Amino acid sequence: MSKLLSKKPVVADPEKGSNTPLQRRTFLRYTAGAGVAVGGLALTGCDDILDEIFNNPNVPASLLEVNVGSGDFGVLNFAYALEQLEAAFYAKVITSTYYNGASAAERQILGDLEAHERIHRDFLKTAIKANGGTPIRDLEPDFTTIDFANRASVLGAAKAFEDLGVAAYNGAGKLISNPVYLGLAGKIVSVEARHAALIRDLLSNGTFVGPDVVDFNTGLEMSKTPTQVVAVANNYLKKGSKLNVSNLPTE
Amino acid sequence: MNILNIIAEIEKVDPEVYERLDQRRAMFKHFAGFGKKLATAAVPLAMGSMFQKAYGQSSGLSQQIKDVLNFALKLEYLEAIFYNEGVNRPGLLTSDDRAQVITITVDEYNHVKFLRSVLGNDAIAPLTANNFDYTGSKGGTRAALLPDVFTNRNTFLALAQSFEDTGVRAYKGGAPLLISNNTVLEAALNIHSVEARHASHLRTMRRGGPQSVAGSPQSAPKSWISGNDGGGPAPTITAAIYGAGTPAAMYPSEANTTQAGVELTGSFVTAAQASEAFDEPLDMATVLAIASNFMK
Repeated sequence: MSKLLSKKPVVADPEKGSNTPLQRRTFLRYTAGAGVAVGGLALTGCDDILDEIFNNPNVPASLLEVNVGSGDFGVLNFAYALEQLEAAFYAKVITSTYYNGASAAERQILGDLEAHERIHRDFLKTAIKANGGTPIRDLEPDFTTIDFANRASVLGAAKAFEDLGVAAYNGAGKLISNPVYLGLAGKIVSVEARHAALIRDLLSNGTFVGPDVVDFNTGLEMSKTPTQVVAVANNYLKKGSKLNVSNLPTE
Repeated sequence: MNILNIIAEIEKVDPEVYERLDQRRAMFKHFAGFGKKLATAAVPLAMGSMFQKAYGQSSGLSQQIKDVLNFALKLEYLEAIFYNEGVNRPGLLTSDDRAQVITITVDEYNHVKFLRSVLGNDAIAPLTANNFDYTGSKGGTRAALLPDVFTNRNTFLALAQSFEDTGVRAYKGGAPLLISNNTVLEAALNIHSVEARHASHLRTMRRGGPQSVAGSPQSAPKSWISGNDGGGPAPTITAAIYGAGTPAAMYPSEANTTQAGVELTGSFVTAAQASEAFDEPLDMATVLAIASNFMK
């Protein structure tokens, strides 16, 4: 693999960045000859290889992202990506040093949240497939900025994820064209809002709504566009798992 | 006719007018600069169309959307006036409780104001405390369901939770009916999640605060609905809030564990967890039947 990557760059002009349309074809050419080698190596040291790819300046950035796709399945994959992130986070929380020493109420709450997010994640993957779509691959989270031994750090991150999830679903609802999928998103978002309110109350009781999430002049929660959402979510995803939402509908 | 004066006048009753017009700020600036040059007759016409677009008023809304929004408006009045009554009853709430309920009250009045602004002339006539009887006696025409609702904190919070959980289900049921209008849909979703935050917090209050372990759904509920919550805070009165609507296939009870044909329970998922992970919508008729218990 390292031999492959040290070859002369096949991207004509890396300075042009990741958005040139040629790069998809370029990648196919790039991988065609190496298919066997990649397949073989993937079985052995996947992480090392991925690291090597990510750190190679000749690999176009578009290959290092996960594009959620377009249309309704794109929106569902966008939701699936966020649920993957949340599920991975709580899976780590319930085995953390903080959790082991947390209050009985916090253990009960975080245990529920882990189950809920895992259910959301698995459901979306199944539903996307069952309806003829293709779920995005498993994302690799990057939680290095979270201190899992520290209550404030864990609950602060939980708050960020839950508030982000609510704003994301609220902003993505109008991008969905099938009312059944819209209904499903609605069934999930209110549970995320219940989570968000409680995590905020755990951090400071009475902050279940706050000026950072609800416009106090209208009483409306402030939704976020997918672009705004991934700008935050990508901070918690490793290179190679960062989300690209550029093909999603915009209205 | 001075356009800026008109807007200043509107601002007195609707402080958000500038924000609403924000998307058309360029156009607005244009008006401000060239207003004097516009023929007097043309101004009201241009202004009318500008406001209509900013507020998405009447002519832009289908009958279905108006119906859903007026239905939502009625529920917001039900909540806002209820909280307003509660926070003004001395001795009902501690100062801590009261501060938290006031936060919710403000949100609900804002929702009323917002929905009225969207509906414009198509909004229902404003409702007042005279339209409601929160004891459930329908103005003394039948035995009260909750005679101590404004003298007993637990009863007050139980009904508050009931209203919020109902509101969440109502907006969820209404959202797909708004799919044809992105602006209205997004606004409805942005209210829906606030109602869910309220519901969560009221449930947290009812079990004694965020550090209290959840137990019986009647007295110490989780912040989310587990199964059908055993019929809610007062099952003989509140069971319908957590039950199935009509048709049940479309509006299942909160205990539902199957989503889009996918059964969620399994080796690592209990029925309680599966039901908690999804809230369920409720149809308008069922919601109105629930609400009518507290309307004269």
